[in-house]
Amino acid sequence: MTITAQGLTWGIPLLRLLAALLLLLTFAMLAQRRLLTLIHLLAWQGMVLAAGTALVALLTGQSELWFSAALTLTLKAILIPTVLHRLLRRLQVRGDVEAVLNIPLTLLAGIALVIFAFFLAAPITALTGTVTRGMVGIALAAVLLAFLMMITRRKAISQVVGFLAIDNGLFFAATSATLGMPMVVELGVALDALIGFVILGIFFFQMRETFDSMDLQHLEQIREE
Amino acid sequence: MTAILLEGMQILLVAFLAPLFAGLLRALRAILQNRRPAGCWQNYRDLYRLFHKESLQAEGTSWLFRFAPYGIFGAFCLAAGIIPILATGLPLAPAADVIALVGLFALARVFQVLAAMDTGTPFATLGAHREMLIAGLAEPALLAALFTASLLSRSTSLSVIVAHLEQLRFALHPSMVFAAAAFFMVLLAENARIPVDNPATHLELTMIHEAMLLEYSGRHLALMEWGAQIKLVLYVAIGIALFLPWGIVPAAEIAALPLTLLALPLKFAAAALILALVETLLAKLRLFRAPEFMATAFLLGVIGLLSFFMLGA
Repeated sequence: MTITAQGLTWGIPLLRLLAALLLLLTFAMLAQRRLLTLIHLLAWQGMVLAAGTALVALLTGQSELWFSAALTLTLKAILIPTVLHRLLRRLQVRGDVEAVLNIPLTLLAGIALVIFAFFLAAPITALTGTVTRGMVGIALAAVLLAFLMMITRRKAISQVVGFLAIDNGLFFAATSATLGMPMVVELGVALDALIGFVILGIFFFQMRETFDSMDLQHLEQIREE
Repeated sequence: MTAILLEGMQILLVAFLAPLFAGLLRALRAILQNRRPAGCWQNYRDLYRLFHKESLQAEGTSWLFRFAPYGIFGAFCLAAGIIPILATGLPLAPAADVIALVGLFALARVFQVLAAMDTGTPFATLGAHREMLIAGLAEPALLAALFTASLLSRSTSLSVIVAHLEQLRFALHPSMVFAAAAFFMVLLAENARIPVDNPATHLELTMIHEAMLLEYSGRHLALMEWGAQIKLVLYVAIGIALFLPWGIVPAAEIAALPLTLLALPLKFAAAALILALVETLLAKLRLFRAPEFMATAFLLGVIGLLSFFMLGA
């Protein structure tokens, strides 16, 4: 996993830029009220992820990473957002996201989380000598922000988007910070996410049939009769 | 000597081409919205008409009301001398660093708000309060974006920052991406652009900037409008200087000036096109959503600062 000197001059800054874009998109998701835009942002996140993986493949010359980049592009940037989009139309969910906290407060909490993540990643950064060490903090921040999104949203669809965003953050940490991971692990993770997604899709329909709503608050009132 | 000439040229160019930029933006917006534009020169005609009209003073207003247009116009003209638009290292550049520059904009705003409240009419006062609400939230975001740039170049002088960024050429800085996004949002909010305020509104209840000008007429109104156009150009110029600085050279290297003069109109035209697109695509936010918009801008600025420390670039 060596990177050529030429790759160091332009490749690593580009990778850093993609990392920053990933964080930016996660924040945009946190600030977003519309479900439709949320799904578009998820698709963009998938694109950034695919671009990052392709860039790492180009820099390190690992051929299986190309495969992984293609998989990310089809699965995370195209397939899942399209399916979510269709689900949204089939379920006829109203456009607005119901947030538990108001948006400015959520964003401020987001800043605190980013600071926490960077602080947490600082010792790891100091230990490793690789050129991509800064990415760990960014990926960790993206994961924590996606957690925050899952906590502060009420609708089931935005929770799923949060779940997928967590997966995206982890995936970015795996490919960019450590410059690639074994194919088996990668396929397993991708399959896990996909299956989780399918299960949640079925869950949506069940939920709508039972409660006639996508609001997760209803789940709190379930009692065994 | 050439530096002083350049300085004078820059201030005059900004002052006299600002109505053209605003006019171009208006024309582009009209075209994008399927309306027939009035032409890029309409703002000059408007200003000419206003300068030849009688300037009335509302009853019961003090000297502040009369002085404010000159104060605002003067502050923006001074700012035009400080921002490196044509070249860095101009004679007026050491007069103010980025913090003082933001203060200069704040000074103009305070004049405007006080003059609006001086009239005592409810709409003008309403506009003044709203302006302060937006400004109070926009200023930290603007400073955070500017500080990201000053972290990169280890200086708060805009001239030094731009000179440093120009030297780096096409180096990619993730922190600057955040700063650029934050700055763009502040630019929209501070210049009464569409997601926050509508510059072409005639409905008093939704006005922010326009509401403060309701009592002005004649040459005072002309100066206020002209000042607002200069402010827009200055913000765009700061954006260009920070995020697309290529071609802005030190004042001593006069040979590169023709290239700058060629590139600058292109950059401004691109900025006008982007602004027109944004204003066509976005809808105006409710006033109570504006703090949310500004909170996002502030957050982006802070993330820019943080990612500088994390990624080291």
